Amino acid sequence: MKIMQCPLNGPRNISEFVYGGQVEPMPDPQQCSDKDWASYVFYDNNAIGIVREWWQHAPSSYWFIAERHNASDDILRTYDPGELFSERVDFTTGENEP
Amino acid sequence: MPLGLLKYGRGSDYPFERQPDLPGPRELKKHYDVVIIGGGGHGVATAYYLAKYHGITNVAVLEKAYLGGGNTARNTAVIRSNYLTPEGVRFYSASVKLYENLANEFDFNIMYSQRGQLTLAHTDATVRAFRQRAEVNKHFGGRTEMIDRQSIAELVPCLNLDPAQLPVLAGLWHQDGATARHDAVAWGYARGATQRGVELHQLTEVTGIESAAGQVTGVVTNRGKIACGTVIQAVAGHSAVMSQKAGFPLPIVAYPLQAMVTLPVKPFLNPLVSSSALHCYVQQTSRGEIVIGGGSDPYPLYNSRASLPLKESLIASAVDMFPFLSEMRLLRQWAGITDMTADYSPIMGLSPLKNYYLDAGWGTWGFKATPICGKTMAELVASGGEVPTLIQPFTLERFDHFQQVNEMGATAASH
Ligand SMILES: Cc1cc2nc3c(=O)[nH]c(=O)nc-3n(C[C@H](O)[C@H](O)[C@H](O)COP(=O)(O)OP(=O)(O)OC[C@H]3O[C@@H](n4cnc5c(N)ncnc54)[C@H](O)[C@@H]3O)c2cc1C
Repeated sequence: MKIMQCPLNGPRNISEFVYGGQVEPMPDPQQCSDKDWASYVFYDNNAIGIVREWWQHAPSSYWFIAERHNASDDILRTYDPGELFSERVDFTTGENEP
Repeated sequence: MPLGLLKYGRGSDYPFERQPDLPGPRELKKHYDVVIIGGGGHGVATAYYLAKYHGITNVAVLEKAYLGGGNTARNTAVIRSNYLTPEGVRFYSASVKLYENLANEFDFNIMYSQRGQLTLAHTDATVRAFRQRAEVNKHFGGRTEMIDRQSIAELVPCLNLDPAQLPVLAGLWHQDGATARHDAVAWGYARGATQRGVELHQLTEVTGIESAAGQVTGVVTNRGKIACGTVIQAVAGHSAVMSQKAGFPLPIVAYPLQAMVTLPVKPFLNPLVSSSALHCYVQQTSRGEIVIGGGSDPYPLYNSRASLPLKESLIASAVDMFPFLSEMRLLRQWAGITDMTADYSPIMGLSPLKNYYLDAGWGTWGFKATPICGKTMAELVASGGEVPTLIQPFTLERFDHFQQVNEMGATAASH
């Protein structure tokens, strides 16, 4: 059984977690070009090495960040998103604005 | 009875010359017109068609390990064309047509076995999606139809029609569904290519790509540098790693895909059976083993380890479909690193470098495409970069324009 360290709930079976994609800065959807948006949506850092990822502990719906080696599958560090994000990131397309 | 056979029966000698199927190792040349990176099915198929149809034989296929030892050796060999989009169905149907005649063409038995593939629908939404797939497939000449529970029971008497509280509502019956011996496909292409003058270099790893002014000039290998006119990358799981050596990224994520086989038993299961809701498929090989396959691993990884959770969930679903399988013993289990795209369609054709072509993004579905990939990639090379119509929808640029070819529903549960 593979164990992941949840920053909120402690060590748990990996099957309790859901992978949520890599942590990447989001370009401003209203300002950026289609190409920039495509790059954000489709292009991951897919080099072999350590990646920074979103994970969710499903039973508690808690999202956090993990640093993991994508070839050895070693999980090096997990932490609360508060370490990287000091404020809420809102997503607006501008379509609903007056 | 042919006289030769009679004589063979009486004699003690083997009647044919004992020529090895592949020539032995040799030195690398300083220059090739075409370098193909990756000696899987796709790489050697491309080399074969280049030599056969276009007379281009100054070609080197560079393989870091051994011929067909990557995903070509690891797949569950499902060949089918019952996809969802017209672009996909047209493309995979062309591949099925080539497969049907491949053993004759090679004079090499690829054990092509057209047994039909049955996909089970357990919800109304899936039944609707299957209707659409049946119509699109028929439109492009495939043999696909919807069948009801009774016909399913007649086709596969040992199937449990009410697995895991998910009653089977209907099935998508694809008569063209088939399997082939994957090693034989790679060897048939490699033999045909090398007989026509192509060089296959095993244990030859490409470690760098040299380019100048937006054009590739050569490749660096563990056995020295090679200058070349055109390069094709066909490295499946390592597609994104290779493109980075060439200096550009690909929208590909590597996920392990696992499968397993049981010990062999007497034949009882002719069609390939797959459940859309259980994410599991079961088929019996010509040796009698039961192959069990299903969905990808839950998170990305460049590692072909197998894991207990995947085994447990796959076996649980297989036993739901065929309860007596619980008595069976597992023989082998394995994984391959698959190059997944967001729309479950491949990335083929041009790249940001002028003479560097892509055959990538084959994920969990690329074995069936081996012949048509080889053929169209060879046309692309021979024409100096004119992309064949059949593969135009699979251009890398589609992601920048949000024009994906979405085959997720037709791919995720059965490959
Ligand atoms: C478990 C599993 C089940 C599958 N089931 C099916 C199925 O039922 N039907 C289907 O159609 N598809 C299936 N697939 C997908 C299919 O196997 C692949 O898409 C297909 O085999 C890809 O062929 P290829 O020749 O491109 O890749 P590969 O056979 O992987 O060949 C690529 C080669 O490139 C070599 N290489 C990598 N890096 C370098 C380098 N730097 N230098 C030189 N060589 C290099 C590798 O060693 C490898 O041999 C399955 C895959 C898996 C893992």
